[in-house]
Amino acid sequence: MSDLLDLTLAEARKKLAAKDISSTELTRAYIARMEATAALNAYITTTPDKALQMAEQADARLAKGEAGALEGIPLAIKDLFCTEGVLTTAASHILDGFIPPYESTVTTNLWQAGAVLLGKTNLDEFAMGSSNGTSYYGPVENPWRSTDEPDKKLVPGGSSGGSAAVVAARSALAATGTDTGGSIRQPASFSGIVGMKPTYGRCSRWGIVAFASSLDQAGPMARTVEDAAIMLQAMAGHDPKDSTSAPEPMADLTASLDQGVKGMRIGVPAEYRVDGMPEEINKAWQQGIDWLKAEGAEIVDISLPHTKYALPTYYIIAPAEASSNLARYDGVRYGLRVDGGSLAEMYANTRAEGFGEEVRRRVLIGTYVLSAGYYDAYYLKAQKVRALLRRDFDQAFEKVDAILTPTAPSDAFAIGENEDDPVKMYLNDVFTVPASLAGLPGISVPAGLSERGLPLGLQVLGRMFDEGSVVRVGRALERAADFRAVAAMVREG
Amino acid sequence: MTEPYRIQGETGAWEVVLGLEVHAQVISKAKLFSGSSTTFGAEANTQVSLVDAAMPGMLPVINRECVEQAVRTGLALKAQINLRSVFDRKNYFYADLPQGYQISQYKDPIVGEGELLLDLPDGSTKAVGIERLHLEQDAGKSMHDQHPQKSYIDLNRSGVALMEIVSKPDLSSPEEAGLYVKKLRSILRYVGTCDGNMQEGSMRADVNVSVRKPGDPLGTRCEIKNMNSVRFIQQAIEYEARRQIEILEGGGQIDQETRLFDTSRGETRSMRSKEDAHDYRYFPDPDLLPLVLEQARVDALGADLPELPDTKKARFISEYGLSAYDAAILVEERATADWYEQLAKGRDAKIAANWMITELFGALNKAGKDLSESPVSADNLGGLVDLIGDGTISGRIAKEVFAEMFETGKPAGEIVEEKGLKQVSDTGAIEGIIDEVLAENADKVEQYKGGKDKLFGFFVGQTMKKSQGKANPGMVNELLRKKLDG
Repeated sequence: MSDLLDLTLAEARKKLAAKDISSTELTRAYIARMEATAALNAYITTTPDKALQMAEQADARLAKGEAGALEGIPLAIKDLFCTEGVLTTAASHILDGFIPPYESTVTTNLWQAGAVLLGKTNLDEFAMGSSNGTSYYGPVENPWRSTDEPDKKLVPGGSSGGSAAVVAARSALAATGTDTGGSIRQPASFSGIVGMKPTYGRCSRWGIVAFASSLDQAGPMARTVEDAAIMLQAMAGHDPKDSTSAPEPMADLTASLDQGVKGMRIGVPAEYRVDGMPEEINKAWQQGIDWLKAEGAEIVDISLPHTKYALPTYYIIAPAEASSNLARYDGVRYGLRVDGGSLAEMYANTRAEGFGEEVRRRVLIGTYVLSAGYYDAYYLKAQKVRALLRRDFDQAFEKVDAILTPTAPSDAFAIGENEDDPVKMYLNDVFTVPASLAGLPGISVPAGLSERGLPLGLQVLGRMFDEGSVVRVGRALERAADFRAVAAMVREG
Repeated sequence: MTEPYRIQGETGAWEVVLGLEVHAQVISKAKLFSGSSTTFGAEANTQVSLVDAAMPGMLPVINRECVEQAVRTGLALKAQINLRSVFDRKNYFYADLPQGYQISQYKDPIVGEGELLLDLPDGSTKAVGIERLHLEQDAGKSMHDQHPQKSYIDLNRSGVALMEIVSKPDLSSPEEAGLYVKKLRSILRYVGTCDGNMQEGSMRADVNVSVRKPGDPLGTRCEIKNMNSVRFIQQAIEYEARRQIEILEGGGQIDQETRLFDTSRGETRSMRSKEDAHDYRYFPDPDLLPLVLEQARVDALGADLPELPDTKKARFISEYGLSAYDAAILVEERATADWYEQLAKGRDAKIAANWMITELFGALNKAGKDLSESPVSADNLGGLVDLIGDGTISGRIAKEVFAEMFETGKPAGEIVEEKGLKQVSDTGAIEGIIDEVLAENADKVEQYKGGKDKLFGFFVGQTMKKSQGKANPGMVNELLRKKLDG
């Protein structure tokens, strides 16, 4: 495996600027690695020709001294972002052959910063899932294997499973993800990488295939907190085409990175100690607390009393929005059409064939909770609980500057596991969903390995629009954890 | 007050209760949530943005101009303007509804309760409550006649802003329903928020119809959907009310349902029953924030509103001394009112109104033209009124002159000059004619003097005839009296 692949984004940026390496060289190394790791099924579409073209242009700009913040950096894009002229699938059969004539705002920002597109990564269909197992294009394999069952293929988490896998396998320098209930943070935890969900409204949703509009948020998946911060800086920004886009500009995150946590108050919520959680998760969490304390942070016990309602609330609101957002996939204008004897029959045939089981389940749940007679009991009540969850966080953030929790209740599980039990699968999001409902920024940072030798992440949550504190605490954890482990396939090259 | 409208059934008189929901297309350059053009009549699917076609990942952004148009309309209806309103999704599948939902306003509309005054034919008015006004997207158009098996879809209209204006069930006859639509259209045109063109579909109405015996509680209603002319609305109401009465008198009951008016048969027929009613699963659109307006902006929009029909009508009555009926006719269209005011300026306003309403509108009507196409300009009609006022021509001659003006577009003075129609007001000349008439009819003069008073009119007529209508009728009267009675 080429040494070029060992560089972090920050390091590569320096070497590119110093002309020690060229983007073309770097991109070629990643194209080769993409081919070598193809068995992971992490990419739905690779775009090597386009990548080399973009790399050439990046080299030209580097030569002229006109480099952008991500000039020449090869990235993978979750296949939920619409990319002009490049197949965009949302990992669904229903978007068969859909080549958007437009580019999402976030990816536009990345290309304007000089980044290079390697390909589009696999995901759970319409980002609905926590294992990448619901993709029409098949499951993604986690580059990591456990020490006790090294032959067993594991999931990379989801829904941004492909993005997590390509970063962990070094077949992209970094990747975009989207997080609706934990879809960046949980796969980051499972794959031993950094994943960050910024505040709702930071990254424009324009051009991202919608799952649940009030929750969807794009973010970076990278090898280090610094890489994630650099990438988020390029992705974020106000977009008049998205009415929910935040007008406030984001502060320079790299400036906060190394400020340390001395004097910061870090909250530890009692309600996140859930029954039946593996001891090693608790241990990792305690380790994180100890590290931050050692770095001079003040640890504060806090309460987020409505936490236990977060998961059911999420699984009402997200499907409700999804049931409506996915109504446009009707076979009339683009994607799959399965003809029928009447309009209604064509809809039924198209949607029955085009959507996978999990998507159909959520469309049904969402339709149900919005129906006359059930709306008040489900959707309206869920909105009220959502307000209470926000209030929990507001009150906590009067006492603390950031909150530390585990990212997920387990390490990576085997492909196929949990698939027969949707509720068990949904429990993967138990620690990530509350912040999604509240719109808060969060990051997952690799903190260590489980007893089976698999990565475990810790989650840092911050106040609305305070990504600065999130990366600051994340960076402190990263430094303390000094997580150098890599997946076996990376070690073996 | 006129007699209340009643339909005579076998069991007695029935009262009709009506409420209207009018969909008015907002005048705006761009659609409600996208930048596409709204021009009518463009080639199919040429005014469709990525948002209008509901491409994946596309998001709506509210068009400020449409919001302001709704506020203007609300203010013109003397309605409550809600500074915070919410856009909801109304979910249903149809091939010309690309998103699979219509963005509308459900629980929190932008405009609340208001009022509209009907101008009744007897000159009185009736207040009709406005329940609400909300903004929503129009759907595209399905064309079922282009292909034997398939339907074609034109998305040009998809996403165009509509105002749905809902009345209270305060209307009680087909005539009132017609007056309501006309008055609403008049107000919308005054404030420039909808062109009111029903043929092009920029204004369509759903009517809720129920019947009851006077004094009884409200009956079950049926909704007749999507009518695009006042005449159809009135026909549909009449048919529907009679249909309901027949059912009730036959011992049946009315099913609450949605019906369509078949214009060729003049009947309403069931479209879907309450049981088949869509469950629209309304919920707040998470792609849009609640719409918040500043009171100062609302005030500024209010200050910029033009004089509205009701105010103008009151002013025409007090300032020009017009009857309520005439004033109502003249203010219906802003252009008509302006035309009238130009005509009436510095002239006898009542005579001006009579000429405009009776002669000009009559002629236009006959020619199938509207006021903007009138061959007679306001200044030219004014010139004619002036010639009558200063005695240059008589009223009778004036009608002749007007006909010529309508034909040729020439000013009145020119025609009078050309044709030598100037009224003779010279005492000597008129006396000369009178003398001739009296001499030629000496027998009649004898009879008159013997007490046959009615013959006076004969002498007037003969004198006028001899003068070819040009003699000043007042003077003819006066001089005849002097000669015959003096």
